[in-house]
Amino acid sequence: MGVQKTYAEINERIRQGKAVVVTAEEVIQLVKTEGLTETARKVDVVTTGTFSPMCSSGVYLNFGHSAPRIRGHKVWLNGVPAYGGIAAVDTYLGATALPDDDPLNSSFPGEFRYGGGHVIHELVAGKPVTLKVWSYGTDCYPRREIETEVTLDQLNEAVLFNPRNAYQNYNVAVNCGSRTIYTYMGMLKPHMANIHYSTSGQLSPLLKDPHFRTIGVGTKIFLGGGEGYVAWNGTQHFPSVQSGPAENSILAAGGTLTVLGDLKGMSPKWLLGASFIGYGATMVVGIGIPIPILDEEVLRYAALSDADLYAPVVDYSDAYPNRKPESLGLLSYAELKSGWVTIKGKEIPSAPLSSYSKAKEIAEILKDWIQGGKFELTVPVKTLPTPADGVVGKPMPDKGTSGVK
Amino acid sequence: MKSKKIVLRFPATSADQPLIYYLVKDYDLVVNIIKANINPHKEGTLIMELSGANYEQGIEYIRSCGVQVQPLTEEIVRNHDRCISCGACTAVCPSGALYIERPEMNVVFDGEQCIVCQLCTRACPVRAMEARF
Ligand code: SF4
Ligand code: SF4
Repeated sequence: MGVQKTYAEINERIRQGKAVVVTAEEVIQLVKTEGLTETARKVDVVTTGTFSPMCSSGVYLNFGHSAPRIRGHKVWLNGVPAYGGIAAVDTYLGATALPDDDPLNSSFPGEFRYGGGHVIHELVAGKPVTLKVWSYGTDCYPRREIETEVTLDQLNEAVLFNPRNAYQNYNVAVNCGSRTIYTYMGMLKPHMANIHYSTSGQLSPLLKDPHFRTIGVGTKIFLGGGEGYVAWNGTQHFPSVQSGPAENSILAAGGTLTVLGDLKGMSPKWLLGASFIGYGATMVVGIGIPIPILDEEVLRYAALSDADLYAPVVDYSDAYPNRKPESLGLLSYAELKSGWVTIKGKEIPSAPLSSYSKAKEIAEILKDWIQGGKFELTVPVKTLPTPADGVVGKPMPDKGTSGVK
Repeated sequence: MKSKKIVLRFPATSADQPLIYYLVKDYDLVVNIIKANINPHKEGTLIMELSGANYEQGIEYIRSCGVQVQPLTEEIVRNHDRCISCGACTAVCPSGALYIERPEMNVVFDGEQCIVCQLCTRACPVRAMEARF
C-alpha cells in the first residue's frame, strides 16, 4: 500500500508547525534524489506560482449611496468605463477596459497606456481614484450625475473576481508572416525571428495538477498578494492531458480557473496594469496554489519538470487569427527556457511573457505562509471537470457581420 | 549644414545593401558610424552621425530602401522597480542588451550593449524601459 494522506492530517501538521512544504521547483530535485515514495511520505505540500498577464480579470465594487441617491447607469473610474448593468451602486471594472477617448489602434500600433488593470493597481495601492457616475434619474434614485474621489478603504466591498485565470498551458507564439505583428503574445518579428511563451512551466499551478485531483471549488490560494479562492472552473475550461514526445512527458492544455478574493487584502506588487502594444491593456496577476501531496500519484505530477512539460507552437500571423487548427510542433519548457529553440530547422530566440522569477517568489511566499501556520489547506467542496470528462469548446455560430459596429 | 545622430533599422532583406557607400558617393554626405550591428540575412541596426548639404535627400533615399530612420535618443534606462523580469523584451532586443540570467531567470539590462533602437520601450508591458533625451 502506497502513501496516503488526508487534508485533515496535513492541516494538523501545519497547525503544529511540522508540515514539510517545498516549492514545485524544489520538489523536482527531491524526487530525483529520494524517489517518489520517500518524497511522498516526507512532503505534505507543494507550492506553485504564476505571475502573468491574465485578461479575464476584474473587480466588482460597491461604492455606497449618495444623498440624494443615484442609480449608476454609466460608471467610470479614472476615465475607464465600468459596467453599469447591475444594482444601483455596484459595478464591475474589467482589466482590459479602455478610456472612451483612447485612440485604440487608429494610429497602429496603439499604445494602450492605461486601462482597467491600471485602475485596479492604483486602487489596491491606496491611491484616490476618480469615480464618475451618470444616470437617467428615477423617483427612487433622482440624482443624475456625480463626480467624486474614492479610495479602496472607502468602498464597501472591492472583490477581485477573475472569470478566467491561471491558464494551465498556453500556445507558444511565432510569426511566419512577413511583417511585425503586435499580439497579446507580445511583439512578434516576421519570418520567425522571435518566439514567445507564456507560462511558468514547472511552477505553473494547473500544470502540476493536470487531472484536477486537488484543485477544485473552494481551494484557498495566493491571489494578488492576499488570500483568494477558486470559485469555479474558468471560462473555456477544456482540460486535456496527452502524452508528450519524451518519456513520461505530458502535453496538458485547456484547464482554467475562476478565482476571487478581497481586494482590500491584496498588494499592488502582485496586481499590475499592463499594456500590449497594438493589442490592448490587461493586468498581470499573481497566483499561487498549494498542492497537498495526498499520494504518490499527486506527487508524480507535481514533480514534473520543465523537460516533461510541452506546449504547442502556433503561427500568430495566420493559424491563430483565422482559427486554423494547425501547429508547428511541440516544444518543452526546458527548450523554451534555454533562450533558443529550433523550428523547421531555424534557430529562434525564445522569451517568456510570464515572469519565472516572480512566480518562484510567489511559491516561496505561499510556502512561508503554510510553514508559518497562517495558511491551512481547504478541501474542495466540488471537483472541477477533469480531462476524463471530455469537455470541448464550441465555436461561435457565425451569421455574418452586417449591422455590427 | 545639418549634422544629426540617427539610428537606422534594417529589415532582414536589405541588411546587405551597400547603403553607406551610396550615401557618400551619390549624396556627398559625411558619415561617422558610432555603433553597428549588422549580420547578413538578419535585422540590423546602425547608429551614425550624418551631415552634408543633401542630408534630407540622403534620409529620403535610405527610407526608400525600406530602412527605418529615427533620431538617436541619448540613452535608454530601465526603471528597476517597475521591471517584473517577465522577459517580454529579451527576444525583441536586437543587441543582446536585455537578456535573461539563467537559471534564476532574472532579466538583466546591460546599457553598454544598447543601441537605443527603442524597441523595448514599446514591447515592455509595464513600461519599465524609458528613453531619456
Ligand atoms: S533600446 Fe532596448 S531593445 Fe533596443 S538595444 Fe537598447 S535595450 Fe535593446
Ligand atoms: S519587458 Fe519590461 S518588465 Fe519585462 S523584463 Fe523587460 S523591462 Fe522588465
